[in-house]
Amino acid sequence: MTIADLIEGDKAIITSFIVDEIPLKLIEMGCIAGNSVELVQSAPLKDPLYLNINETFLAIRKETASQILVEKI
Amino acid sequence: MSKLLKVALLGNPNTGKTSLFNTLTGLNQKVGNYPGITVDKKTGKCKLSDSITAEIIDLPGTYSLNASSEDENIAVKVLSDKENDNYPDIVVVIADVENLKRNLLLFTQVKDLGLPTVLAINMQDIMVSKGISIDIDALEIELNTKITLISTKRNIGVSSLKEVLLAYESIPLKPCCITDTSVLKDSSLNKKQQQHKDTVKRYQFIKKALENNYKIEVHRAKGFRAKLDKVLTHKVFGYLIFFTILFNIFQALFTWSEYPMELIDSSFAFLSDWTKGNLPSGGFTRLLSEGIIPGIGGIVIFIPQIAFLFLFLSILEETGYMSRVVFLMDKIMRKFGLSGKSVVPLISGTACAIPAIMAARNIENWKERLITILVTPFTTCAARLPVYAIIISLVIPKGNSFLGMNNHALVLMSLYVLGFATAILSAYLLNKTLKIKSKSYFVIEMPNYKMPLFKNVFYNVLDKTKAFVFGAGKIILAVSILLWVLASYGPGKDFNEAEYIVKAEYAHLDEDALDTKIASYKLEHSYIGTFGKFIEPSIKPLGYDWKVGIALITSFAAREVFVGTLATIYSVGSEDEATLMEKMKKEVHLDTMKPVFDFPTGISLLLFYAFAMQCMSTVAIVKKETNGWKWPLIQMFGMTIFAYIIALASYQILH
Repeated sequence: MTIADLIEGDKAIITSFIVDEIPLKLIEMGCIAGNSVELVQSAPLKDPLYLNINETFLAIRKETASQILVEKI
Repeated sequence: MSKLLKVALLGNPNTGKTSLFNTLTGLNQKVGNYPGITVDKKTGKCKLSDSITAEIIDLPGTYSLNASSEDENIAVKVLSDKENDNYPDIVVVIADVENLKRNLLLFTQVKDLGLPTVLAINMQDIMVSKGISIDIDALEIELNTKITLISTKRNIGVSSLKEVLLAYESIPLKPCCITDTSVLKDSSLNKKQQQHKDTVKRYQFIKKALENNYKIEVHRAKGFRAKLDKVLTHKVFGYLIFFTILFNIFQALFTWSEYPMELIDSSFAFLSDWTKGNLPSGGFTRLLSEGIIPGIGGIVIFIPQIAFLFLFLSILEETGYMSRVVFLMDKIMRKFGLSGKSVVPLISGTACAIPAIMAARNIENWKERLITILVTPFTTCAARLPVYAIIISLVIPKGNSFLGMNNHALVLMSLYVLGFATAILSAYLLNKTLKIKSKSYFVIEMPNYKMPLFKNVFYNVLDKTKAFVFGAGKIILAVSILLWVLASYGPGKDFNEAEYIVKAEYAHLDEDALDTKIASYKLEHSYIGTFGKFIEPSIKPLGYDWKVGIALITSFAAREVFVGTLATIYSVGSEDEATLMEKMKKEVHLDTMKPVFDFPTGISLLLFYAFAMQCMSTVAIVKKETNGWKWPLIQMFGMTIFAYIIALASYQILH
């Protein structure tokens, strides 16, 4: 499953992604395999997604979120 | 002789870097440019001891030194090139206590460059309420540097930071974490993959460094933010609140600045008259009273509106609310080929397109960024306001018509709406026609909510207003002096013998009427008048006479020059102290004796100014941001031709 499949309040661990499909800034902000991710909230139109990655709050689009594989906890 | 110590300030966005800079430097700061690019360079002086002063360079906020944007590039250039003028003696990395993990990534990158790097951990004041504890001594050992806990909000720790700076020679230079260069030599990886690998290693180091030395009670940290987010990004209330805020900002902008603007307008009219009456008459007095004073007046009159708009914008940014707006608007804006982040340029554009177009740099997707740059000048910038204000007052009758709103405010608001609507619709068309493929990247930090700090807002408003007044001011002043000269001298016999020709033709008039006739005859045959007459045929179908034509031409330097030009043109040769508005009201077409500024002409002018690209500085910035002449030229001709057609159509229909 990917971040795009999470529902509000779900927590997960990032397992893998293809580096070239992800903005570098996201990696710098803590999107790294092994780090935690929580879907805080979806925007009113279900996109973008408001996440808490490794204790950094940020928002990304669904398109990017669906590139990041996670494992729910 | 006191010694000058160069200190570079670096940190993630939203960490209070600017607050620290303001605290250290106070009013001793200036904004400049790095050569060749448009990133603001802020420097300031700060006394550290009797003999040592620090020159502080506020580097742009950035998450890393991977140099994926122009702002990050600056930091890399300054910090890694010993020959650079700004190469510092010491670097202060400022970090947010609530998110040390992420902030330390930048710290380790800077430290590994081999500069004395100290860490200032900000927002010490919230540690107790958020349940954060740090073992500073242990962390200093792990990171191999000096750490200061500060609070820019409460002014805590600044003096100990100064002491650390004074002792900069004792800071270890050894890299703090990995500098495993084998990563960079792995040729099977591309640059981004190497940066990814490097980042992963740094995070591993940080995790270990913080493991026993930094604790945060997560659930205590998030309560307030979560509650406020629920309301502010709610599917109904979120939008409602946003539009209410916007509406109130514009309403306040108009009503609050009305009084100071009138005051400025009449003061300058008075000053100009006083100069004329009390200085010995001659060329210089005339240049002063008819060229320079009205010219400066035309700049000063913007200050209230610009300052108020920047005040509101910087409060929205400072509180963290702007990021929520971006989050709310992204999906909607994407339908028009824009990004949620385009909201910031589009709103900033109501102050000035230049900082707005620069703000579009945050947009990761090139197509979305380009479209934002191209449509932003449609939003109603402050330079259009004086033009709108004067024309609305002239052609729209006073009184209340709609929901108790007065007519003037209503028309002004419609022009704002028109600006936004045109921006959005042209974005939609551009999105359909431009064939550019780029990845749908979008990352925005959702910072904590904060009370805006007065000093940050104050300095921001001061900087922006100063930059605008002095930047645009120079052009306006130069144009007004040039205009005065062109309007005061003319070629040939018609200008030089104006007095004789008019007297011969209108011998029956009394002296006052005769003087007015002579003045207008002179203006008509001056250099500028000749030119205005030359272009008159092309603008007559839009309802303008040659005087308006002159103002139209000069305002291609900058829109606001329109008002200054008319002020100059109408005060050349006239003796009375009337304000510009009164003079414009009296202005008639000489052939029909009908007022020049009637309803159809007024509307046509408003529409022309709403759509035309009349700002040299914007053209220049678009060229820089898009790396070439292609887009600024397409934009300029596209907008101006569109403006001409719309103004023509409206005049022909209303006339």
